Amino acid sequence: MSDQILSGAPQGTPVVDLDPRLRTLLSHADDNMVLAQRLGEWISRAPELEIDIALGNVALDHLGVARSLYTHAGELEGAERTENDFAMRRTEREFLNLLLVEQPNGDFAQTIVRQVFFDVYQGVLWGDLAGSDDETLAGIAARAGKETAYHHEFSTSWLIRLGDGTEESHFRSQRAVDALWRFTAELAAPYPDSWRAAIDDLLARAGLLAPEDPYQRSGGREGYHTEHLGFLLAEMQWMDRTYPGMEW
Amino acid sequence: MDGSDLPGDGVVRLATDLASVVASVVDPEIPVLTIADLGVLRSVATEDGHVVVTITPTYSGCPAMRQIEDDIGSALLREGVESFEVRVSHNPVWTTDWISEVGIRKLSEFGIAPPTGPDEVLCPRCEADRPRLVAWFGSTACKALMVCSSCGEPFDYFKQF
Repeated sequence: MSDQILSGAPQGTPVVDLDPRLRTLLSHADDNMVLAQRLGEWISRAPELEIDIALGNVALDHLGVARSLYTHAGELEGAERTENDFAMRRTEREFLNLLLVEQPNGDFAQTIVRQVFFDVYQGVLWGDLAGSDDETLAGIAARAGKETAYHHEFSTSWLIRLGDGTEESHFRSQRAVDALWRFTAELAAPYPDSWRAAIDDLLARAGLLAPEDPYQRSGGREGYHTEHLGFLLAEMQWMDRTYPGMEW
Repeated sequence: MDGSDLPGDGVVRLATDLASVVASVVDPEIPVLTIADLGVLRSVATEDGHVVVTITPTYSGCPAMRQIEDDIGSALLREGVESFEVRVSHNPVWTTDWISEVGIRKLSEFGIAPPTGPDEVLCPRCEADRPRLVAWFGSTACKALMVCSSCGEPFDYFKQF
């Protein structure tokens, strides 16, 4: 153990031995769970009441998708783990979400840019998974695809309004694009061309530029996260860990 | 009610009396609609005295689904049924096309514009067309917020899904 600490090896339960189907379900469940938690941080703090309600509703959709996928993962695994066990009893190293979704909300522009990047990705993802041999996963994906269309409508209309808006809103949205771009190679890895084409079109309509800096970070799908996830999980999991087995 | 009235794929098996009890459970968010009107109820079946109710969720994030499961359980307990379970079926996916004609009419009477598609929405109060869309997300995930361009009243539109 001391060797691991000295060598800087990551701590926690290794995730390398996961069954590939379980890994797929947990990866997508974790994306939705973590993003739901982030979006929930906006409740009562959004710039307008309508935006507050919209962000809360989008968060609820992501939470619902996460719950369906965790429950299905539990059935597949057959070890009687529940949705709650997956969300509340795993460590940071066991979460397989993309680095993008754990990034802090920042200002409203940063939340919108993160959502646009993710909605474009999920739009392609759900279409793909709706054709899965796994009927339950296919159904969850087909339903989520309809929801993503509404999320996409909300996030992209705001991206265009902000990017093509005032000097301040343009500055803030370009700053957010620049800050989050480094997490997009990992996000778009399964569908690089279609993701990039859609994003280039949206950025052009918003009067924004894709950064030329090639620096990219990845590792979320292997459980290597940015410093932000641990704090998010600490807040999300503390009640269940403090009062194990608690019920409402 | 007769099981053949249930919207959807038509493969419903009903234990008749209990089915009508379950079918009369209402949506807690839109209490004029029963879960049969909404198309959420897929089947009510008995297996050796054990009642199995199958429902299909609407939106992933709809908080009413858990309440509906609890209400189905309460309705069965009131009928003296103690052995039951509520199963969730994800495939095929629920769609607003499964809302029955009765359900569509009740929605309008309740002041919610039914899921006609955004270009065909009529104000549920004065029936004027071309309302203004205020927000794609209204009081619940399934509804958008609109304002009538004629009478000026705000109203909910049940989004197509």
